[in-house]
Amino acid sequence: MRRQRFRLDTGGKIDRTRPLVFTFNGRRYGGYAGDTLASALLANGVHFIARGFKYHRPRGIMTAGVEEPNALVQHGVGARTDPNSRATTLALYEGLCAASQNCWPGLHFDIGALNGRLAALIPAGFYYKTFMRPARLWRVYEHFIRKAAGLGRAPGAPDPDRYAHRHAHCDVLVVGAGPAGLAAALAAGASGARVIVVDEQGEFGGALLNDGGGPVAIGDGPPAAFVAAALEALRGMAEVTLLPRCTAFGYYADNFVTLLERLDEDGPTGGNRQRLWQIRARQVVLATGALERPLVFPDNDRPGIMLAGAAQSYVNRYGVQPGARCVVFTNNDSAYAAALDMNRAGTAIEAIVDTRIEVEGEWPRLAREAGLPVFQGSVIVGTAGRRRVRAVTVQRLAGDGVAGSARRLICDCVAMSGGWNPSVHLFSQSRGALEFQAEAGIFVPGQAVQAVRAAGACNGAPSLADCLAEGGAAGHAAASDCGFAATAPTSPAVREPGHGAPATLWRVPVDRPRAFVDFQNDVTTQDLDLALREGYRSVEHVKRYTTTGMGTDQGKTANVNALANIAQTLGVEIPSLGVTTFRPPYTPVTFGAIAGRHVADQYDPVRQTPLHGWHEDRGAVFEDVGQWKRARYYPLDGETMRQAVDREGLAARSSVGILDYSTLGKIEICGPDAARFLNRVYTNGWTKLAVDRCRYGLMLGDDGMAMDDGVTLRLAEDRYLMTTTTGNAARVLNWLEEWLQTEWPELAVYCTSVTEQYATISLCGPKARAVLAIAAPDLALDAATLPHMALAEGVVAGVAARILRVSFTGEVGFEISVAADSALGVWRALMDAGAAHDITPYGTEAMHVLRAEKGYAIVGQETDGTMTPGDLGMDWIVNMTKGDFIGRRSLTRADTERSGRKQLVGLLTEDPDTVLAEGAQLVASAEPGPLPAAMSGHVTSSYHSANLGRSIALAMVRNGRARIGETLFAAMADRTIAAVITEPVFFDPKGERLHG
Amino acid sequence: MLCIPCPWCGARDVAEFHCGGEAHIARPADADRIGDEIWAEYLFMRANPKGLHHERWQHRQGCRRWFHVARDTQSDRILAVYRIGDAPPEGDPS
Repeated sequence: MRRQRFRLDTGGKIDRTRPLVFTFNGRRYGGYAGDTLASALLANGVHFIARGFKYHRPRGIMTAGVEEPNALVQHGVGARTDPNSRATTLALYEGLCAASQNCWPGLHFDIGALNGRLAALIPAGFYYKTFMRPARLWRVYEHFIRKAAGLGRAPGAPDPDRYAHRHAHCDVLVVGAGPAGLAAALAAGASGARVIVVDEQGEFGGALLNDGGGPVAIGDGPPAAFVAAALEALRGMAEVTLLPRCTAFGYYADNFVTLLERLDEDGPTGGNRQRLWQIRARQVVLATGALERPLVFPDNDRPGIMLAGAAQSYVNRYGVQPGARCVVFTNNDSAYAAALDMNRAGTAIEAIVDTRIEVEGEWPRLAREAGLPVFQGSVIVGTAGRRRVRAVTVQRLAGDGVAGSARRLICDCVAMSGGWNPSVHLFSQSRGALEFQAEAGIFVPGQAVQAVRAAGACNGAPSLADCLAEGGAAGHAAASDCGFAATAPTSPAVREPGHGAPATLWRVPVDRPRAFVDFQNDVTTQDLDLALREGYRSVEHVKRYTTTGMGTDQGKTANVNALANIAQTLGVEIPSLGVTTFRPPYTPVTFGAIAGRHVADQYDPVRQTPLHGWHEDRGAVFEDVGQWKRARYYPLDGETMRQAVDREGLAARSSVGILDYSTLGKIEICGPDAARFLNRVYTNGWTKLAVDRCRYGLMLGDDGMAMDDGVTLRLAEDRYLMTTTTGNAARVLNWLEEWLQTEWPELAVYCTSVTEQYATISLCGPKARAVLAIAAPDLALDAATLPHMALAEGVVAGVAARILRVSFTGEVGFEISVAADSALGVWRALMDAGAAHDITPYGTEAMHVLRAEKGYAIVGQETDGTMTPGDLGMDWIVNMTKGDFIGRRSLTRADTERSGRKQLVGLLTEDPDTVLAEGAQLVASAEPGPLPAAMSGHVTSSYHSANLGRSIALAMVRNGRARIGETLFAAMADRTIAAVITEPVFFDPKGERLHG
Repeated sequence: MLCIPCPWCGARDVAEFHCGGEAHIARPADADRIGDEIWAEYLFMRANPKGLHHERWQHRQGCRRWFHVARDTQSDRILAVYRIGDAPPEGDPS
């Protein structure tokens, strides 16, 4: 392993006693604890990290933080691989493994680099213009386009890591722990308020971490001493929580802020990889700092060209020289500090190229005293070097262009600074307004909408002293607004060279430059100009057409430069264009963190009946009905599903079947007005229903459409038990409560869900009564004592039970409800009692077949929210004379009364062995006619019926009841299937078996 | 993520609530005597204002009570909450 050639012997916040080995593109390198992947690569002299998105040009490391557009890598291997990881924020750990992405076959020889040669042919909108037609070929094009213009690869295997969620409340949330954030936290914390301080970096201090022993001092000491003292003070405050490695990425209504805490920065852990925080803060202080802007000049994207602040950070914080010979290019004073620090660390500063004519501030004076050459009023008009910048060409600005002799400077590094954009992302997300400061060319927070304050560099504060003062004031004010009294903080004295005024230069004025504005999405000034020439004016449209700011970096380094270039070309003021919307997340968030523990078994609750274990032992195949697991069928050895369902269905009609019906929704409806209430929620009348009798009811929405159905029992004068379909139990309870509370508060009625308190077992078939009689010898079960739709209380298998004489199969049926914890014993007793009759457990599939044989509609299967009782052939259940009920008036609307509505009918295929597909569309002709074809309806239920020896189907067909006998055709992908419209009742149409 | 002050439970996260849409839609009492258009107005037509909006909400995962919320749809700020049966606060509730 090679020596880290560009590592300084001393300085920085890395730990030289903890060397680490990592792999990049298959090659092993050394670094130190405290490095990022980027700083470690730079220490090894590796600048060429990536290929551009579109032109595949070599790209290096441009920043030292979250805004990095270029140095995106594939981090990790196998199931833990993470695409588009920023090398600049990836903390180095032993064994870290990363690779370049968007290049094939490799970084140094990349076929896609041919795009760079063809750049003139693939301008903005190239894909839209070129691959529009023929439309059917888009799928072919897309495959290759996505392959060529790609980012990293998603992992192919399930995520092996765990993620956590945490909720918290606080008085003051401080986002950012640079100078302003620390001052705010100290002021708020001193008041006793509950304070949470978050910072995206592993170490608090923000920009102060980049100080390299220059002329800046806070109080009596260097910035590092201030940070250490502040942290010590904060750690001593009981109500203050410090969250490093934690990014506030979303700011929502009512001061709800989401954070992503990274717990795996030392490599994969056995515990949680990341933690998603959801914080409700009474007050928020945003101290999110500022991000440096690149300068827009020709070929400004070569490896080795980086932001000046980043170069300074690599020198001071990581002890790494970004190059041996550096040219600094700037329009403001901050890059002078970087030049001085690099110079002190041994990097030769070939020149400081400053766009400003007048360069007379304190920082330039210090640079000149250090002997650094300053080129005033000059710009870089070109760069050279394929895999690393080799040289730059400098000319003087003159008028609207450049003039004078071009001077070539040899270098291996360019440190550029176009000024600093306040990080207003979260403030903007909080819906606060932004204001444009023309002199510095920056957007700063304006009027806040929520309880939030911005302080420091993110508020446009020009100096360190301002940052500390604003932070302290904001923290104090936030705590005061929460009711915590404290004396106003006094800011420490700051010694720092004054900053001169910056100049804005939005692009270097040369002809037809290929100057990159958005480095991640390869958008140049030419692309922006083209979009404007083609007529785009809205910045939102230009953004989408050119894809500026739409990369994973969300244009952190690009957006303001793009906006300013658009404004300049159009000849308008920047504020008149507005600014594109800032949306969460501030930096990418893993799906794993969003999902948290709500994955696999914990994705959704699974509800099991008290008899679930018995079904499992019997080998049942289950199906999901809402959250419930229901036994679908019970295959015997070697049986197919069809065979099992046939056997179960035959048994239920020839002897006796037994079904677990426990999932039915059950709602107790109590109170003196319960009968009146039922009269209003069901279409039929309920006042005459006697105690110990039950009745089927159909429930409509107020739009007259069938919503739910079920049998309701009258247990006492003022007490009913309503059953609902399995999947609708919660919805119906909500529905009832809504009407009771909002429309009919005068009704004294109380609803209680008792779904899980009772298990229900259904027996049906000609032998059902005989079987139940064995298990319940004291009960009178004869048809006279317990006729259809009657109920009895008694003892079944030694357990108190409610027996209901109902049927969903058309056979004699009994539903036996017992306390849930008694269910298994009763079920076993019934199985024993039925052994002589070969009692057969049947599942939901056979149940569906049996009810379809009888033409019983299922709400939710035959209906889709657009079916009236009339459509379902259920006019018989609608009592229009009993008074108002929900949906009544809608049944006489023109639309519900019109002809041509779909009506429930049966369908019999010409071929009895063909089972139609549920959902199949029905047309009147087997021959394709003019398009669009007129649809006659659709198949809602379709099965093979063993009892009938053929297939049957239910369908909703336009004017269906008047078309019985007509032949329709189910339109399949490759054929049509003829079927005759019939009555929907296929079996025992007179219903004689029910009353046996 | 709104924080909604339930009149019975106090301020709770919006995740505990269910929004029931526009409030104060009177259900016609004399439904038999009104035309389809008036009934359709009640059934289907809802305001979608930018600004003050009166809504029905239910604290579904809490006390399960329905109540009214006056909310500014532009700023997403809750201006007032009041009980079912109560009239909206007089004037500009902000």
